[in-house]
Amino acid sequence: MNNYDIIVVGAGPAGVSAALEMSQAGAKVLLLDEQSSPGGQIYRSITKTSPELLSALGPSYSEGASLVNKLAPSKVHYQPCATVWQFGDDGILLYSVDGQVTQATGKHVILATGALERPVPIPGWTLPGVMTAGAAQILLKSSGVVPEQAVLAGSGPLLYLLATQLIRAGSPPKALVETQTTSDFIAALRFLPRTFAAWKMMAKGLDLMREIKKAGVPRYKSARDLTAIGTTQVKALTFEAKGIKHKLDCDSLLLHQGVVPNTQISRSLRLEHRWNKRQACFHPFTNGVGLTTNDTYSIIGDGRAIGGAHVAVLEGQNTGAFVAASFGFQVDPDRVFKLLKILEKERAIRPFLDRLYQPPKEILTPKDETVVCRCEEVSAVDIRDYAKIGCLGPNQTKAFGRSGMGPCQGRCCGLTVTEILASENKLSQQEVGSYRIRSPIKPVTLGEIAQADDDN
Amino acid sequence: MFRRLKPQGQKIQIFFDDQEIEAIEGENLAAALLAADVTHFRSNPVSKQPRAPYCMMGACFECLVEIDGQSKQACMIEATVGLKVGTLKDISGVDDE
Repeated sequence: MNNYDIIVVGAGPAGVSAALEMSQAGAKVLLLDEQSSPGGQIYRSITKTSPELLSALGPSYSEGASLVNKLAPSKVHYQPCATVWQFGDDGILLYSVDGQVTQATGKHVILATGALERPVPIPGWTLPGVMTAGAAQILLKSSGVVPEQAVLAGSGPLLYLLATQLIRAGSPPKALVETQTTSDFIAALRFLPRTFAAWKMMAKGLDLMREIKKAGVPRYKSARDLTAIGTTQVKALTFEAKGIKHKLDCDSLLLHQGVVPNTQISRSLRLEHRWNKRQACFHPFTNGVGLTTNDTYSIIGDGRAIGGAHVAVLEGQNTGAFVAASFGFQVDPDRVFKLLKILEKERAIRPFLDRLYQPPKEILTPKDETVVCRCEEVSAVDIRDYAKIGCLGPNQTKAFGRSGMGPCQGRCCGLTVTEILASENKLSQQEVGSYRIRSPIKPVTLGEIAQADDDN
Repeated sequence: MFRRLKPQGQKIQIFFDDQEIEAIEGENLAAALLAADVTHFRSNPVSKQPRAPYCMMGACFECLVEIDGQSKQACMIEATVGLKVGTLKDISGVDDE
């Protein structure tokens, strides 16, 4: 009875557009999402945002409404508040809604679980008051809650977007502390595509920077040695910029170093992953339409490679059309190819952005005293010590000192552990690999596991 | 600290460690606690150091709180009338001394 043609996991731009595409073609589609309303993190709470908040968040957010609003009148079976915690090779999924477990089977499963923020391990990043820039954006989108006099630190387009959103919401940040350098900009220039879309995007970025300047928010560039100071709450950020040491008092510090694909599910399925040097993270290995090394599973959106919301929508349509067609549903035969062409154009700006906002070395392989695994309080020096006594891979670090074994299951430390081991053991990140992820991929109660057993 | 912009919706009372806190019905619980100046959501079980929300999207588990005897991610829950929330009790059995 819980049999579907296709199950889509994740109701962000990629998942929603894929679900709509396939449902319109006549497929029976289940769309599972962990949040209480559709939109993913980028369009979070878009179906219930107030007009004032919409204007503060700007067009890059409000444009999501036209897509997400198509979901309710569609035939897609949308299940919010669903935590999927087991993915079978054969397309059998187990998910919990408010402690009640359901088993559902898809002939095909499309993973659209998006990105996570890249971990930003700096000394003191575990202090209360230190959050990701994305977290602050979620607070704003979901609840209209803003940090006061926040310091925004790191690099990436999201920092400028968040700064302007906070300005418009009437709570401008205290400062922007940017880690990218002039040489990053020069190195990135050669990746700048000579297309109208690229120039439009550059113009948008410059508009944001102008707005930040107009609001009188100071910007520090080429910052290094970022340290969060405090004992039970963050009190200040210290850093060095252009040879000068700075200390900015703050009780809210928002860190960002771009986003990386969330590979927890694809890892739990033992799908093939490849290290992507340009984005400094693992990508699940897929073909042009997102099919993985298990032909029951496809991956679309930022979970496949970081491309942003517009790419995610197009990938959703593209893979949706392909999968629907492969199950015999009516799809315009040219559609898949047309979408691939548009996708190519839309992705053209990415190498430029990836290079410009490349995370600095001190973030990828942090200083010794920095906590790497937040859950189990394992520091960079601990990982280095494990390497010295013969630890080769991330899984072994678990046995050496429990890193990656806390409730976050390695989401916050996985990449850092891989980078440190690669650097210490003089291996490539691909050779080092990553944590082995096992079901349940989100914590569940024994009762929920027992329920699943009863059903089978 | 954090501040709520124009509150939308019904004001309700919830409880954090038996302290009454004002929230908006249906709003994100972690957001409600932050807006009420709660800075210490849980203590790290290894170092006992205070922790608070980091990712707000269900990935980092720093916002774990106790509700009805279960540990829950505050960022994944909506505030409801009279909701009783508490800091997780240390059941590690490890002595601080």
